[in-house]
Formats: sequence, structure tokens, C-alpha cells
Amino acid sequence: MAYSEFDPSQFLAIAPEIGLVLWALVILAVDMFSARRIARRTLGILAAAGMAAVLILSLLIAVPPAGVMPQIGSDPRSVLGGMIRHDLFAFVFRIIFILAGILTCLVSIDFRPARAGGEYYALLILATMAMGLMAASNDLIMLYLATEASSFALYLLAGFMRDTPRSAEAGIKYFVFGAVTSSIMLYGLALIFGLSGGQTHYGAVAQVLAGADTRMLAVLAMLLVIAGFAFKTSAVPFHFWTPDVYEGAPTPFVGFLSTASKAAGFAILMRFLVYVFEPPFSQASVVWVQLMQPLAILTMFLGNLLAITQSNIKRMLAYSSIAQAGYMLIGVTAFGFAYSRQSPEAAADAVAAVIFYAATYMLTNIAAFAVVSIVSQRVGSEQISAFNGLGRRAPYTALGMTAAMLSLLGAPPLVGFVGKLFLFRAAISDDLLLLVAIGVVNVLISVFYYLGIVRAMYVERSPDDEQPIRIPAATAWVVLVSSAAILFITVASMQFWSVALDAAKALLN
Amino acid sequence: MNFSIPVLTLIMLAPVIGAAVILITPRERTDIIKTVAASAFAVSLLLSFFVFAGYDRAVGGFQFAEQTSWIPELGIGYHVAVDGFSAPMLLLTAIVAFCAVLVSWKLDDRPREFFSFLLMLVAGVFGAFMSLDIFLFLIFYELVLFPVYVLIAGWGSKNREYAAMKLTIYLFVGSLVAIVGLLVVYFQAGATFDFVKLQQGVLALAPEKFEQIKPWFIAIFIGFGVLASIWPLHNWSPDGYAAAPTAVSMLHGGVLKATGAYAALRFGVQLMPEAAQYYLPVIVFLCLANVIYAGLIAFRQTDLKYIIGFSSVAHLGLVLLGITSLNEFGLNGAGLELFAGGVMTGLMFALVGMIYERAHLRDIEELNGMFRVMPLAAIGFVIGSLAAMGMPGLPGFPAEVMIFMGLWRAAETPSLIFPGQLNWWFSWIAIAGVLTVVITAAWTLRVAYKVYFSEPKNPELQKLPGLDALEKFSIVFMCGVLIVVGVMPNTVMQVIQVGVQTILASLTRASG
Repeated sequence: MAYSEFDPSQFLAIAPEIGLVLWALVILAVDMFSARRIARRTLGILAAAGMAAVLILSLLIAVPPAGVMPQIGSDPRSVLGGMIRHDLFAFVFRIIFILAGILTCLVSIDFRPARAGGEYYALLILATMAMGLMAASNDLIMLYLATEASSFALYLLAGFMRDTPRSAEAGIKYFVFGAVTSSIMLYGLALIFGLSGGQTHYGAVAQVLAGADTRMLAVLAMLLVIAGFAFKTSAVPFHFWTPDVYEGAPTPFVGFLSTASKAAGFAILMRFLVYVFEPPFSQASVVWVQLMQPLAILTMFLGNLLAITQSNIKRMLAYSSIAQAGYMLIGVTAFGFAYSRQSPEAAADAVAAVIFYAATYMLTNIAAFAVVSIVSQRVGSEQISAFNGLGRRAPYTALGMTAAMLSLLGAPPLVGFVGKLFLFRAAISDDLLLLVAIGVVNVLISVFYYLGIVRAMYVERSPDDEQPIRIPAATAWVVLVSSAAILFITVASMQFWSVALDAAKALLN
Repeated sequence: MNFSIPVLTLIMLAPVIGAAVILITPRERTDIIKTVAASAFAVSLLLSFFVFAGYDRAVGGFQFAEQTSWIPELGIGYHVAVDGFSAPMLLLTAIVAFCAVLVSWKLDDRPREFFSFLLMLVAGVFGAFMSLDIFLFLIFYELVLFPVYVLIAGWGSKNREYAAMKLTIYLFVGSLVAIVGLLVVYFQAGATFDFVKLQQGVLALAPEKFEQIKPWFIAIFIGFGVLASIWPLHNWSPDGYAAAPTAVSMLHGGVLKATGAYAALRFGVQLMPEAAQYYLPVIVFLCLANVIYAGLIAFRQTDLKYIIGFSSVAHLGLVLLGITSLNEFGLNGAGLELFAGGVMTGLMFALVGMIYERAHLRDIEELNGMFRVMPLAAIGFVIGSLAAMGMPGLPGFPAEVMIFMGLWRAAETPSLIFPGQLNWWFSWIAIAGVLTVVITAAWTLRVAYKVYFSEPKNPELQKLPGLDALEKFSIVFMCGVLIVVGVMPNTVMQVIQVGVQTILASLTRASG
């Protein structure tokens, strides 16, 4: 057996998920049974506080041991019947998801149109929970179930504003696209299941696949599964849903969707590809290693070029998020190449770069969507022109938005610069010079639209220039905390980087 | 020399601490706020004078170094030090910053915010001049851009928001282009941001590898050149200065532009000397355009601030010309011109500000007879203009002479971009460049006559209050610096000379 015998302490591996499920139920119960309808605001704070408590508790009791290199064939970290891998890689991603969830709950409190009640927060917590399982999944069945569980919560949240046709449209569109790609992925998983003779555990599947002479079919199966991941990360050519869903869905939730869900996609992408199709041993692996580079290039170009033409801020940020996925794919490409040439240090560097980038991107983008959520409500428009004169109407918020835009762009000293530097460095160490050059060109393209927002806030005038925009407390805190983090993480990059590197090593060991 | 006190960090931190103190001072205690700002700069001034005087000319190289690692994974560290080129720049920054606070003493529009932003700006400039880690430099560089934007947009005169944004976008995009170029060098030559190590990395590159990164020199030089208002990317500068409040015009025109020229020299020329020898003989035409074109426009303008703004563009053109010559004379001249021109531009903007504050006029056609109102300002203006046109006895003279001699000499160097030829066109550039003396004389005389020495036609102007003690002090202080350096250029030259030697050494190593 490639996994440990059952022992109750293994439940620690999914302690955060258990906590989150319980808390989602508590939220639902509080909403349902409280004698007087409890204020929505309280529910949001309760949800955020509960997630924070789960996060702190898991940090106290459930941090996976930074273990030694396990023996081949018996992996002590593969627990619960091999379904889950209890490692730092999964744990770091969980921290990202839960933090994203907390921030999103707080922003949602002030987002009136959603009228977020208990079910909204419960779904958000459940989505976070499912993402945690995605990052930890170590088995084809677990992978599919976790992915679907998170997707279902996200479909419902995207269409949460039932009275708004656009939100309903977003929900339906997301669902249709998601269902199609999910079934494509399931088809791929079924093929793998067949090829491996009924094995579902990653390690076992990999062993069978490496020995079997079923190259074409394995490649096909792998491509089908990658399609599912590409949908999650909104990589080209499975990005079509992104702008429409972002435009229609509740704004605070889009902050969550564009960061946590994308990070989860990258977590399963990296773990699945390297565990099941391990280069250079797996015959099919050469295909995914080569495929990531064109995928990264197309995703960056498409996202950045189309973002320039947008006039709706949410659509612009949607294309921006596609472009950001492209940058992260640079890291995945470097990871594939480094792993193929059997250089564990370089591979760990590349994975750590993706983790670092995903974490900082989460903070940055949630700050941006928090600002969008408030400004679009107050001004009553989601056009970029809604930001006109924000520098005068809400100076501190405009400052936070500026920090977020410049960090997404990658200007020093903000953390986006450090993140891109890590990604590019990983690619350079694998001689992917062309890829890095294209990445840099894309950064230059993105100057147009990120600075466009800054320009609107500080140069353009709006008719209501003299009326200040009041920012509600919860959102103000989110913007303050995340933009402070955008600045602070640069100073402490080394600490964050070493955590990311440990996580990356946990994936590779 | 081993100093236990981190002098350089203190120079940079003094304004930061000042800003922090100002932010906790009650809004209405404006006297305390201004005193804190002035004393913070006074501390920096004393310390940078100490660094300038204590810089060991016999030893040379980088001194007063402080180094700690920060993000070793990316080769980023906190590394500050000064060499002969940057030590005078710190002193210049401190002088202009100190005077800028003195002339802004009467500012009563949100002084707390104004002075804290001003202090942050200057802290950034100090940091930029002392950083030997490129990442650190970039952080300080961007740290400067933001307060400048806020100060111009928040406290400027007409057209301020447009001018502030134009300036910020120009400089930001320029810095991005330079960053891209630097990143290419970074990745090719050892993945370290430490300037000294990166320089060694570039030297150790195989020739064919170096050929790959050579064109990126243009990105670095022009990218930083935008901040030094290189033609045709100078357009932000006159607009920005015309709109900016006096203190910001002084600092930006006198010091910040010098940061651009300094960065182009340090991270362009000194990092890739071979590439500089290859490309600068072509880039020189842009710098010549700076001198002639901007000088002629300065002559045609009637708005005082635009005149000074364009003249500062022309003046940075001289500096860049000196750099492009890539020989001892030219580089020495450029260094001295940066120092002298910085003080001079600061002085000129201060004088314009004094007039504008009182008369609310900046058009030289509407101003007349100001000599009787503020005689000391008139004298200051004359000294400043004489320095600008290169009158012997003032620092402009040795600087310009050396720059033109440097250009003349450069004509004898073999051309790399057209093999088998000499860079013969440099002698023509020297000849064309000398025209700047005539042009400067023309506009300064015109301004001096119209504004100060013409017959007083407007009785309203004659009723304006005269200069107060602080304004007089700052004029005398800046004129004093100009005269001291003019009479004894060696005070500054000796130090600059040491810095130039290092650059020359890297140049000969590259060509040899």
C-alpha cells in the first residue's frame, strides 16, 4: 500500500475542513433559528470570525510535520485511505483560501445588492472548505469530488442576486461552462481509471501508467483533465466564462472567485501533473511539459490585450485575472522543465514562485474588488468612469486601489514586483528566455489599463467631485489591511518565500 | 574608513523621522511643523557635509558603506555607500531641501501634509543617491514619484492635476523601461541586484552573451534619461515645474533631475561601459537637441516658471553631453554641472516663487521694476544667471569649459558603431553646444531686465512687501555656495574627480 494505515489522528489532516463544515452549519442554524431575524451584518462578521478561528486552530494543531523524505511506496503523509495528502503544500494553500474567505465575508457585509444572508456565507465557507480538499487531494475520486463541491458552491454564489438578470445569467453561464469542462475532465479521469486497471490513488496510477505502453490514450486522458484545470484557472482556451461571470456576479464574491478559486486550480494542476504524470518517467509527461509554455503565452497575451479595450471595471479585472493566470503559468512551465531535467532545487523554486505569487495576488485582487464593490454601489455604475475623481472623493481608498493596481502591474516596491521576479527567475534558470521576454512585454502592455484606473481616480473629474464617498468600516478595514500587506510583504519577502519554499519541497518529496 | 555610526542611513532617516513627528503634531501648530521640517533637513545637511568632507579622496571607491542582506534568494540587500560622484549629490540635495523649507515658511495651506510629503520626497532622493543595491534604488525612486504627484496636484497652481499626472506617467513609464533593461542585465549577469557584484558579473560575461544584453543599455539610459528630461521626452518637465509649488520646483529641477542623470551614469554607463561606448555617440544628438532646442524655447517664453523650466532642461542637456563624451574632462564637467546647476536651478525657482507669492504674476511682460521691491532677489538672480551662462568666477564656467573640452576630445576616439572611423561629429557637437552660452545669456538678460531692472510701470507692484529674513538667508546661502564653488571649484572637483576615476577605470578596462 502506498499510504499509511488508518489511525484517528489522521483526521488532523482534514481538521480545517471539518471546522469549516461545522461552522457553515452553525451559520445556517443561527440564521434559521434565531428568534428575531439576525442582522445580516452580524452573520457576515460571525462567518469571518469563525473562519479566523478555524485558521488559528489549524495553525495550532494541524500543521503538517515538515517531514523527511519518505521511502518509496510508503508515504506517511498520504492519509485517510490515500485520499488526502497531509503536507505543507496543501496547508499553505488552505491558509490562502481561508484568508480570502475571511476578507470576502467582510467585504460582502457592505455589498447591499447581494442581500447576503446565512446561505451566502455558508456557501462561501463550503467553497473554501472544498478548495482546501482540492489542494490536499491525492486520489482521482477525491480530486473530482472536491473540484465539483467547490464548483457547485461557486455556481450558486455567482447567481446569488436572483433579482438581477445579469447575476442569474452569470450563474447559468458559469454553470453551463463548468458542467461541460467538468464532464470533459471526468472523461479524462475515467480513461485514467481504465488505463491504470482500476487504481485511483495518484501514486498507484503513476506506477501503472509509467509501465504501461498506452501512450496515446494516456496523453488524451491527461489533456482532458488539464481542460478541467484550465477552466478553474481561467487559462486560454477555457477562459470564455470569465468576463461574463465576473461582470454579473456579486462583486465581493468575484474577488474570492478570481483569487482563491484560481489558486486552487493551480494547486491541483501542479500536484496532479507531477504525481500522476511525473516527468521524465511518465511517457505522457513530455506533452504537458511542452504544453504549458504556449498556454502561458496565449493566456498572457489574450488577457492583457483584451483588458485594454474594456470600459467596465469588472470585465477589465476579469481579463487582468486571465493575464495574471498567464504569469503563474510561467512558473508552472519552469516547474515542468526543471522537473524533467531532474533538478529538485529549480523545481521547488518554481513551485514556490507560483505559491508566492498566488498568495500575494489574492491579497491584491481582493483589495481591488473591495474598492470596486463600494465604488460601484455608491456611484451606481460599474464603468471605469465611476472611478473618476475618486482621488478627491475618497483619498485613502483611492490610495489603496492605486497600490493594488501598481502591484498587479508589478511596480517596485510593491509585492507584485517581487512575485514576478520570483516567477521570471524560475523561468530563467531553465533557460526559458523567450518566455520571460514575452512576460516582460506583457507587463509593459498591462501598463495601459492598470494606469488607466489610476488616471481616472486622480486626473479625470466627475460631476460629483465635491461629494466625498463614505467607505463602510468593514470594507475600509479590508482595503487597509490588504494594501498594508501589499507593502509589507516586500519588506518581509524572505520569510514568506521560505514558507513557500517549504511548501514546494513538501509537494516534491 | 570604518564608521560605527550608520551616517548614510541617518541622512536618509532624518527626514523620515521628521515626517513622522509632523504627522503626530497638532494640525494648528504650524510653527512647530515648519521647525521640525527645517531641523530634519538641517541634520541631513550637517551629516551630508560631514560625509562630503570626510570622504577619503586618497582612498577613493565606495565609502561609508552599510550592508545587510534582505532577500538573499533574489540577491537583494540593503547596501548603501557613497563614492566621489554621489557624495556631492547628497550635499546638493541637503542644501536645496533646506532652502526649500525656508522659502516655504509662509505656506499655510495644509502645512502638515505638505511638509510631511516634502520630507518623504527628500528621503527618497537621499536614498536614491546612496543606494548601491539596484532594487533599493528602484524603491527609493518610486518613493519619490508618489509625493511629487501629491504635492503638485495638491498644492500647485493652474493646470496642476494635468501637469502632475503627465509628470508622473512620463517618469513612471520611463522607470519601467529602465527596470526592464536592468532586469535583463540582472538575469544575465549573476542574478544579483548588488551594484558592485553585478558590475563584476557583467565584466565576466562571455562576449557573445554581452552582445545579447548590449542593446538594453539604451533602455536603461533613456529610461532614466526621462527623469533627466532627455529630448524628446522632456515635455513633462516645464509643465510640471510651472504647476508645482516653489519648494517642489526647486527640488525637482535642482535635485531630482540630477537623480535621473546620476542613475543613467551609474546604472547605465558604469554598469555597461562597453555598451556606452557603442551607443552614446548616437544618443549624443538627443542631448544636443536638449541644449539648443530647450534653450531657444526658454528664450521665447514669457511665463517665468516656464523659462526656468526649459532652462533646466537645457542645463541637464549639458550634463548629459558631458556624460556622452566618456572622458575625464566631460565626466568631471558633468559632475560639477550637476552640482552647480542644481543649486542654480533651486535658486532661480526660489526667486520666481518669491515674486509669484507676492504679485501672483509670472508673466515677464506684466512684471517690472522689481529691483526696488526686492533688491537682494535681483542680485541673486544676476548671480544665478551669470552662473548659468558660464561666467568665470562662478561654477558654471569650469563646468562648461570641461564639458566642451571633453566633447572636443571625444572626437578623437574610434567609433565602435561605425568601425574604422572616428567619432568626428563630436567636435561639431562641441561647437554647436557652445551656442548655449549665447542662448542662456539672451534669455537671462531679457528676464533680468524686464522683471527687475526696467522702469516701474505698475505702482501696485511697488507696494508689495519686501523679502523676509528667511528668504534673504536662503538667497544668500545658495549664492554663497555658488560663489565658493565658483572661486574654488576644487572643493567639489576633487571629490568628483575621484568618482570619475572609477568610471574611467571601468571604461578603459572595457575597451582594453
